[in-house]
Amino acid sequence: MDFAEIRKKAVAKWEALQSSKTPVIYLGAATCGRAAGIEAVAEEIRKTSKKLNLNIKLVEVGCIGPCYLEPIIYIQKNGHPSVCYGKITSGKIKKLLEDYLVNNDPRPDLALGTLGDGQLNGIPGLFEHPMLKYQTRLVLRNCGIVDPEQIDHYIARYGYLGIKKALEMSPLEVIDEVKTSSIRGRGGAGFPTWKKWEICHNVQSDDKYLICNADEGDPGAFMNRSLLEGDPHAVLEGLLIGAYAIGANHGYIYIRAEYPLAIKRLEHAISQMKAYNLLGNNILGSDFSFDIKIKKGAGAFVCGEETALIASVMGKRGMPMPRPPFPAISGVWGKPTIINNVETLGTLATIIRRGGEWFSGFGSESSKGTKTFSLVGKVKQTGLIEVPLGTSLKTIIFDIGGGIAGDKKFKAVQTGGPSGGCIPAELSSLPVDYESLMSAGSIMGSGGMIVLDEDTCVVDITSYFLSFIQAESCGKCSPCRIGTKVMLDILEKIKSGKGEMADIDKLSSLAETIKNASLCGLGQTAPNSVLSTLRYFRSEYEAHIVDKSCPALVCKDLIKYAISEEKCAGCGVCRKQCPAGAITGKKKKVHIINESLCVKCGICYQVCPSKYGAVEKTTGFLT
Amino acid sequence: MKNTIKDIIKPYQGEKGSLIPILQAVQEKTGFISEDAVSTIALSLNMSEHEIYGVATFYTQFRYTKPGDHMVKVCLGTACHVRGGEQLLNRTENILNIKPGQTTPDSAFSLERVACMGCCALAPVIVVDDKIYPNVTSPKVEKIISKYSSPDEKE
Ligand SMILES: Cc1cc2nc3c(=O)[nH]c(=O)nc-3n(C[C@H](O)[C@H](O)[C@H](O)COP(=O)(O)O)c2cc1C
Ligand code: FES
Repeated sequence: MDFAEIRKKAVAKWEALQSSKTPVIYLGAATCGRAAGIEAVAEEIRKTSKKLNLNIKLVEVGCIGPCYLEPIIYIQKNGHPSVCYGKITSGKIKKLLEDYLVNNDPRPDLALGTLGDGQLNGIPGLFEHPMLKYQTRLVLRNCGIVDPEQIDHYIARYGYLGIKKALEMSPLEVIDEVKTSSIRGRGGAGFPTWKKWEICHNVQSDDKYLICNADEGDPGAFMNRSLLEGDPHAVLEGLLIGAYAIGANHGYIYIRAEYPLAIKRLEHAISQMKAYNLLGNNILGSDFSFDIKIKKGAGAFVCGEETALIASVMGKRGMPMPRPPFPAISGVWGKPTIINNVETLGTLATIIRRGGEWFSGFGSESSKGTKTFSLVGKVKQTGLIEVPLGTSLKTIIFDIGGGIAGDKKFKAVQTGGPSGGCIPAELSSLPVDYESLMSAGSIMGSGGMIVLDEDTCVVDITSYFLSFIQAESCGKCSPCRIGTKVMLDILEKIKSGKGEMADIDKLSSLAETIKNASLCGLGQTAPNSVLSTLRYFRSEYEAHIVDKSCPALVCKDLIKYAISEEKCAGCGVCRKQCPAGAITGKKKKVHIINESLCVKCGICYQVCPSKYGAVEKTTGFLT
Repeated sequence: MKNTIKDIIKPYQGEKGSLIPILQAVQEKTGFISEDAVSTIALSLNMSEHEIYGVATFYTQFRYTKPGDHMVKVCLGTACHVRGGEQLLNRTENILNIKPGQTTPDSAFSLERVACMGCCALAPVIVVDDKIYPNVTSPKVEKIISKYSSPDEKE
């Protein structure tokens, strides 16, 4: 079957689904949806539809982004636009199916919005939802819309037209188109994609490798997982285009083992590609041949770094190597190798199909295109978003994220993961692009965005990152191995109230040394969290050192719990839950915490009914 | 034992750089990397056992003792950390009376800390076996664990 025919069939299949006479229920079944309980919801839908004698079709889709609303389902009936419902529980299913499928009432009061063309009972479009309104979805365009296990859905929505077009161009023309788009690597370093491709293209070799970096080691980030689960073919098509451009004949996807669903989706997608001659020998009848293997990571953050990743692919300890030689010249098994991030690859098919100039129309002067971010932490509306580069932090956190959970005060946002830094609330009008984030002392990184409120202690979060880095340091070079350990020790000392003012200077000078002398990106960026928090939150460090107090009431050694005599109603919930047996008190009488037994786990603080709010935290008692 | 390890290795024979996938397959099928497994792998890949331990211990995924019937993983990624992951870990340690990396004496549970399950928008999360529990609070930990305790262990 040639591609035109494959495409014609795929389009017919997709259109038939859209205009299906049988009602279709789409299930948001990415990892987040599954965690929130979509499988139980699906089971309930099956049961209820049987009871109501309804014939329905269930289709699993990826995640459309507002994860805080999971589990999410969409009901499509009679070719009307599908109606999206969030926070669905098994208990709500029966009524909803009766109302909409039997009695024709789509329940506008429960609906989040409609998806697809046309209007329905005054329900607004889903993309009018505050969380989606400010987004521009280029790379996520199919996530939550198509069934990721159906290559035909992808093909019907212009899939594999990018590689088709690329194969009609010369590799250098492809590289040129990517240059016009100005896309920079989305994995962290932001290196122009065309530039490393060109270097590799110009090296002569019988074997070349292109690796998709799906290690996503940044803890607190899940952009790559979501894309691979929701639209694996977009990434695979990008891999084909990149391979053709640089002349690679072997591909790897290096993916973290913590993403079993993404791995499953990729394996499935690869077998479908083979069936359509999109992989293997003479792809789509051209001279271009390429194969793809999946390599599972084994739990080492440093393996996201290019030279460490290459060592790991070859079955060795994932230790970085000094450069040069650069991987583009000598990488896997000594052959020219290019490594690209999942999102970079996921964007390429659209760039080739619609043109570099079209893509560079999005974004800011210096940073072109869109970028996905995982918006998490203390924000109301958490999830995965995609915005044009140059969008301000304020828009992201307050318009898309809906502001701070519990209406607490916004304190800072952490970007770039362990290699990045904290940007304070004062800088919230900062545009999110490579240069602005860098000048504010952080980095774009791969797209983790963790919102911190007044209850987050910056000394604590900094020591959190340092302990992560210190545990993940491969140990090869001493600035990183020893330097991060010494920094961590100092931070822990400060957290425990034993810090001295001289420690702040020690941290700054250590940071400079580690930054300049480390072998790889892990060590070179490790001090960023320390430097950025010292720059913006020095007074909070000083409070820990001078006043022995933790203003955010987080650092265990500097806080204490007590029960307010006026507020305690003697309900006994805290006494029953206290794991240390530190709370005493008779029923309906004021309870007391025995400080010498208290382990400061904070459970009493959490379980005290909010109508009493009797457990109180204090700090600053040591002075 | 030796035979099954050999069977696991077979499909990878002759493939370059296959040590890590072999270790992963062995752990997936047998639960951990035993000394026996290492010597069998060493023989068939023509490597020294030292080399194999050298590679295996670099990666946090590999275990060298038999895990319990249920694996409890508490996420301490950044999103989970800022939403109270540490408290969940303390609570879990208390309930199971073990530290991360250990297994309960009755072999019912093993405890591990992990750095992000990719479910950060629903932080903090706990994973038991393959099931992810979202938005967990300290009081909920007990309920989750008790689902996996067999009745006679519950007292
Ligand atoms: C310690 C460390 C960890 C990294 N982790 C990742 C990762 O998880 N995913 C990723 O795509 N890039 C990661 N990178 C960046 C990669 O080394 C590399 O720059 C990137 O994959 C290149 O792809 P791109 O040009 O498409 O961004 C990491 C870098 C360092 C130094
Ligand atoms: S930080 Fe816990 S799931 Fe990502």
